[in-house]
Amino acid sequence: MNSRPLDTAPPVRKPVNQMGSRIFGGLSMLFALLALILLAGIIVALTIESMPSLKAFGPAFLFSTEWNPPAEQFGALIPIYGTLVTSIIALVIAVPVSFGIALFLTELSPLWLRRPLGTAVELLAAVPSIVFGMWGLLIFAPIFAEYIQPLLRATLGQLPFIGQLFSGPSLGIGLLCAGVILAVMIIPYIASVMRDVFEVTPAMLKESAYGLGCTTWEVMWRVVLPYTKNGVVGGIMLGLGRALGETMAVTFVIGNTNFLSTASLFAPGNSITSALANEFAEAERGLHTASLMELGLILFVITLIVLVLSKLLLLRLSANEGR
Amino acid sequence: MQAANQSKQSVITGPAQIAFRNFNFYYGEFLALKNINFEMEKNKVTAFIGPSGCGKSTLLRTINRMYDLYPNQRAEGEILLNDENLLSPKVDVTTLRARVGMVFQKPTPFPMSIFDNIAFGVSLHEKLSRAELEERVQWALVKAALWPEVKDKLHQSGMSLSGGQQQRLCIARGIAVKPEVLLLDEPTSALDPISTSRIEELVIELKNDFTIVIVTHNMQQAARISDYTAYMYLGELIEYGVTDELFLRPKKKETEDYITGRFG
Amino acid sequence: MELLARRKLTNQIALGMSMAAMAFGLFWLAWILVTVIQLGIDGLSLSLFTEMTPPPGAETGGLANAIVGSLILVGLGTLVGTPIGIMAGIYLAEYGRFTLLGRVTRFVNDLLLSAPSIVIGLFVYAVIVATTGKFSAWSGAVALALLVLPIVVRTTENMLMLVPGSLREAAFALGAPKHVVIRKVTLRAARSGVVTGVLLAVARIAGETAPLLFTALSNQFWSVDLNEPMANLPVTIFKFAMSPFEDWQRLAWAGVLLITLGVLGLNIIARVMFRAEKLH
Repeated sequence: MNSRPLDTAPPVRKPVNQMGSRIFGGLSMLFALLALILLAGIIVALTIESMPSLKAFGPAFLFSTEWNPPAEQFGALIPIYGTLVTSIIALVIAVPVSFGIALFLTELSPLWLRRPLGTAVELLAAVPSIVFGMWGLLIFAPIFAEYIQPLLRATLGQLPFIGQLFSGPSLGIGLLCAGVILAVMIIPYIASVMRDVFEVTPAMLKESAYGLGCTTWEVMWRVVLPYTKNGVVGGIMLGLGRALGETMAVTFVIGNTNFLSTASLFAPGNSITSALANEFAEAERGLHTASLMELGLILFVITLIVLVLSKLLLLRLSANEGR
Repeated sequence: MQAANQSKQSVITGPAQIAFRNFNFYYGEFLALKNINFEMEKNKVTAFIGPSGCGKSTLLRTINRMYDLYPNQRAEGEILLNDENLLSPKVDVTTLRARVGMVFQKPTPFPMSIFDNIAFGVSLHEKLSRAELEERVQWALVKAALWPEVKDKLHQSGMSLSGGQQQRLCIARGIAVKPEVLLLDEPTSALDPISTSRIEELVIELKNDFTIVIVTHNMQQAARISDYTAYMYLGELIEYGVTDELFLRPKKKETEDYITGRFG
Repeated sequence: MELLARRKLTNQIALGMSMAAMAFGLFWLAWILVTVIQLGIDGLSLSLFTEMTPPPGAETGGLANAIVGSLILVGLGTLVGTPIGIMAGIYLAEYGRFTLLGRVTRFVNDLLLSAPSIVIGLFVYAVIVATTGKFSAWSGAVALALLVLPIVVRTTENMLMLVPGSLREAAFALGAPKHVVIRKVTLRAARSGVVTGVLLAVARIAGETAPLLFTALSNQFWSVDLNEPMANLPVTIFKFAMSPFEDWQRLAWAGVLLITLGVLGLNIIARVMFRAEKLH
């Protein structure tokens, strides 16, 4: 099956046009720059829009508890407090649970269950926040008020000092309820990052620890966790970033009040995001809108700091891994 | 010094297709290929052998200027393709690559049909009618000894073929643009022995039409299919000669050590 | 020996807690899904898809205008965000992989990926709504597009990075210019991953409420005019769920069921598709 010889004349070639490559490359760079422009644009636009409020209140905005639209007096302390407290509650619950889930998924789960369970955890992350919110308000909060809050009051509420956190009437909705729902929402994020960083731990490292007679727990706690600690903290920060900026789930269950007179976590409150969601569309153009914009700016700056730290820690882990 | 001697006593007997002259190659600051001087004969098979990391693949990849893709790699000296220095900035690298085809270690079928895999390169460089294109695809597949196996499924994905068939598809894709030179970078290292021997037969067949340069880690393969062999070590061309001579009567101690398996 | 016993006990307790944590996570997912299905299925009927959102106390009513509005907003947002995101992802993977601009952009994109969506809403309000003086559907679509963007950029870049370098080199070795290599070879090889990313982005914005509150707002009536506020599922659910009216709440549950099924369905389709393609 010998083919006929190569045609005698060499092929007539047209020059390849390089213009297309240049246009394509330039266009792709332009769109990549859009990410940078967007970040800068958000900061600039929010700063400009909050100018009236920045001028009227100055730094005192951060420390004032008064939020009185008719009197045009605005202070951010209560929403900032609400945002921070709910996020801290969320972390306190979510971090150990996420660690447990990640431990289960990497070390304990039978192989055939790993994928479905991992998918289930990721699906929990996909549930839209409005679903969490509505479910939290109409289903979870009543149960929370009836069973869990009395239980907390009877136990933790009896302790000195921290007892105050768990006192007062059981309303269901409030800071604690919002924190719990936030915890459920950020568990999948933290757990996925933890699982991923645990999986990059070299098998040899784990095997040598097992070889010394370590138990599973000791391998995790004394070998894997120290090795991956940057990634683990990065994952926690990522979860914190999500919690700080979460809007709908919090808005439904936080209680939406700008008065706060007690240290109790049972009390209703407000967060930056819930204040924005509730008031912004109806706010008067002017100082009220500007103050809300400034709240948004504060939120954006806080989350950016948290996310930057998170990214840097995760990058450091992958840099170590490359070594 | 050794390499310089090589070029004086011209190893090849026929016309030269490719010639390296005082050629150096750098990865960043690292000098990876040192003062390479030799010529490769037209319509012959030249094999590069040597332990891994010796620079044989690096040398091969300079002939189609593959290193252009990577910003920190650079070449010095001359590589002559038919007496034209292909390192000259005037050379259009896309046209150069049409003249110098390449096949890689692992089969690299594109994610498209068998037909489109081969038509891809051709339509980049030539304006052909549909009929001419079909004729060219068939010609390349026949040349690559793949036609009987795929003639009824030209529109199936190229990835659906077996490993050996995929590699012959890649050879067909390379020769469809009618290059003068075909570079083969360890083309059988990912294949089973039967597929390997088919590719080896094909290479011997193809040298009637193309000048072939092959990198191989397998000395038997070099001995079986090549006319000339270059032994490289640590970025230097240690010995270059007619394959049978080099394997039976190596002139250099290093070459002898390598081919008798004393190291490498 | 006592030490060993204690170590073993610690191990048992820790592993027990780990299993409890896994159960805890699954428990919430199950609880939410069960309630949403139970309460949502009541409101599911043909009229949900044919009738407009009712005033409080009306006997009948559906979510037709909100469903259509959501489809339009999500469709437009995806249509605008996807091509831009794919191009930017191509830049990061194929052009700027090692450049400073590439590294900075990658970092910033990851920040935007996790930035609060409500801030995007404020940004679009400031740039579009405040300038044009009115809430409009297309400002909502822009907000959603800005949310799609970082997701598509991330997945496109990741998927292109997974394409073996030898495939790229093989295309260059034939003398193909870079844009042909990218469009015809690498992008095509990464296709299923990129589509997965787009599906996940759609799932993400389908349930987004916060950025629409200040942009598309909502509309009680049928409107497909992009210059007017447009009804959409999430904001309608928000309004109806917070209301004291029982029939509104019933519609809200039905809406939540639709969104949940849609979003989880998209997620599962995306995963299955990606896996099937990978096995191929």
